[in-house]
Amino acid sequence: MDFDYSDEQQLLRESVARFVREEYSFAARKQLIASGQAFSPAHWSLFAELGWLAVPVPEACGGMGGSAVDNAIILEEFGRGLVLEPWIPTLVLGAGAIASLASEAQQESLLPRVIAGELHLALAHSETAARYDNAAICTRALPGNEGWQLDGNKCVVLNAPAAQLLLVSAREPSGGTGVFLVEPSTAGLSMRRYRNIDGSVAAELVLDGVKLPADARLGDAPDALPALSHLQDRAALLVCAEAVGAMAVLLQKTVDYTRTRRQFGVPIGSFQALQHRMADMFIEVEQARSILLMALLTADGGGDVPRAVSAAKSRIGRAARKVGQEAIQLHGGIGVTDDLDVGHYVKRLVVIEALFGNSDWHLRRFAETSDGA
Amino acid sequence: MDIRFSPQELAFREDVRRFLAEDYPADIRLKMQRGMPLEREDHVRWQQLLATRGWAGVNWPPEYGGTGWTPVEKYIFSHECALANTPRIVPFGLGMVGPVIYTFGTDAQKQRFLPDILASRVWWCQGYSEPNSGSDLASLQLRAVRVGEHYIVNGTKTWTTMAQWADWIFCLVRTGGPELKPQAGISFLLIDMKTPGVRVSPIRLLDGTPEVNEVHFEEVRVPVENLVGEENRGWTCAKYLLTHERTGIAQVARSRVRMAELRRQAAATPAGSAGSLLQDPFFLRRVAELETELIALEYTELRTLANLSAGKSPGPASSILKIKGTEVAQALDELFVELAGLHALPCVPEQFGPAFEGEHVGPGSLAGAAGVYLNNRKASIYGGSNEIQRNIIVKEVLGL
Repeated sequence: MDFDYSDEQQLLRESVARFVREEYSFAARKQLIASGQAFSPAHWSLFAELGWLAVPVPEACGGMGGSAVDNAIILEEFGRGLVLEPWIPTLVLGAGAIASLASEAQQESLLPRVIAGELHLALAHSETAARYDNAAICTRALPGNEGWQLDGNKCVVLNAPAAQLLLVSAREPSGGTGVFLVEPSTAGLSMRRYRNIDGSVAAELVLDGVKLPADARLGDAPDALPALSHLQDRAALLVCAEAVGAMAVLLQKTVDYTRTRRQFGVPIGSFQALQHRMADMFIEVEQARSILLMALLTADGGGDVPRAVSAAKSRIGRAARKVGQEAIQLHGGIGVTDDLDVGHYVKRLVVIEALFGNSDWHLRRFAETSDGA
Repeated sequence: MDIRFSPQELAFREDVRRFLAEDYPADIRLKMQRGMPLEREDHVRWQQLLATRGWAGVNWPPEYGGTGWTPVEKYIFSHECALANTPRIVPFGLGMVGPVIYTFGTDAQKQRFLPDILASRVWWCQGYSEPNSGSDLASLQLRAVRVGEHYIVNGTKTWTTMAQWADWIFCLVRTGGPELKPQAGISFLLIDMKTPGVRVSPIRLLDGTPEVNEVHFEEVRVPVENLVGEENRGWTCAKYLLTHERTGIAQVARSRVRMAELRRQAAATPAGSAGSLLQDPFFLRRVAELETELIALEYTELRTLANLSAGKSPGPASSILKIKGTEVAQALDELFVELAGLHALPCVPEQFGPAFEGEHVGPGSLAGAAGVYLNNRKASIYGGSNEIQRNIIVKEVLGL
């Protein structure tokens, strides 16, 4: 029975950790956001150089075909550093949609550029009324003589402001869902850009009579919904890894703070009541890590991925709420200030909770699936 | 056992409701409804309206201009204002320094300061916490050294809410030496914010708003007439405030209003093919559990009120009001974030500005949900943290 990383995985972990240590101080991150950029092109080039961008892309598509565990290693370290770069939108959702749906020709024209760090993507799937129900989207794609026409609204499209290509899901008259490549400057497409509470960028999209050529459709599978659901689950799993990294840092910071903060003549970390609460935070982090591992191994081992992902995301969501709130509370007043990094870790956890199905949505999906035993 | 309001109390409630319906300014009401931040002038205007009606000094003795209301009437007033979603009364003047001055102050101080406080003509802020003195307030270090007819004040206060708007600050300062127990070396000093050497720097909270500040004091000269009570007896004033009636600390009515709003919005939030979010049994269960907690809190508050009404001490259950009140409010904040779904993410602060004309990103009413949730994590930390409140239960109620 072996939960250890291989030597290669250890090296990967160490090199991502080194990047975070050297390039992603809280001050550097603040500066990046203040600069108005969605991410640092220099960092992204470094990721390309180091071959990291190939890890999430299947071997058959020119990538390294990293396992779920490999990919999670990167995201956990990113979570520890609050890395802003659009890993999930571009590589997991965008490149993932291309890898699973696109024709060979489309893959060949797009994926090498993604892996080289030259192409940024955003998958526009979520819609306000559909909430987390993938099947309930309403954006329509009508086929015509010259290609397609898309009409509808997409909400909170991660990385849309920085993407050179949007992948937009839409319901076709057949009832199936297609995914369409749309350049941001296309007539009929308007974008309301903003930053999220965690510093990442997103946008609301309105598609009003957007006309696309026939080859804008990714591949010719009649229904992209299964592939899109699978991508959502992959993304959910990876933000779980990010959350575990963030929670581990919050626990450590809280322990360190209570060791040094003195009130009533002693470090507040000497109060048994607080010690027990930090022990509870530790329990949450470890349980989160365990269930993450379960889900990663299930993904790599070909088990019931949706059930495993839902177990993980719902349990990790509960852990993140508790660890985040306790971290702030045990830091006292400074925990609610913008100046301290603790609150920013909590903000990222709030974002992760809402992404790719929230805890309740996943708990429900888990509850409604049998354990197949 | 009879908890119905008497006919007089019902009549009083009608009076309050009529006032709120007719005199609560529509523009302020709209800002409150939209979750838009209030300006200084909004707070002042509302409080001066109350003052004109004679309703500003809710807890003040009649001889100082107070309302003379019974505990039940005070409860009704606070409850109805919350139901009408009025701005919270800024507590530092009317609720804190005012009572300290009429209880411990000289006649000259009462004459000089009380009328302006009652009329909300002068804005006060509270100089208590320091970077190294949070829960352990008695360890405070802001120094006041007596030199002739002045105190020379040096040091820093923090978490000073709305100091950027304040005209005056009341401070707990250290006047005693290290040979004294910490509590025995503290004085209560009133300081004009315009005194040379006073500098305010804003502290941004997680939602980006600079509602609290650090206040720095460098060689600030304060006339000795501004000392309230005796030198080194200031802790008595601070303790008095803790026991002074904190009507509405459980925020029951405000939480009730928000709960109704949560239900209304959840019923109107589409949740894919499941119908509305309120029809989702997982969400509904959490709403229902919180509602029962709130109902229990409401009756805990009424039990406390009944004791006060009968001239008795509030009773042991009163010690849970701050803890439970803040926990319920924070749980509500969480549910609103959940309700917002993906629209909890966008941070578009200009949507809350008074001049904003455009379309909101996502459902307008929920746009600030994450900001409110993050900002309000402070509620379990301030006002005597919930940990300190639990210590009080352990010591004074459970006797451990």
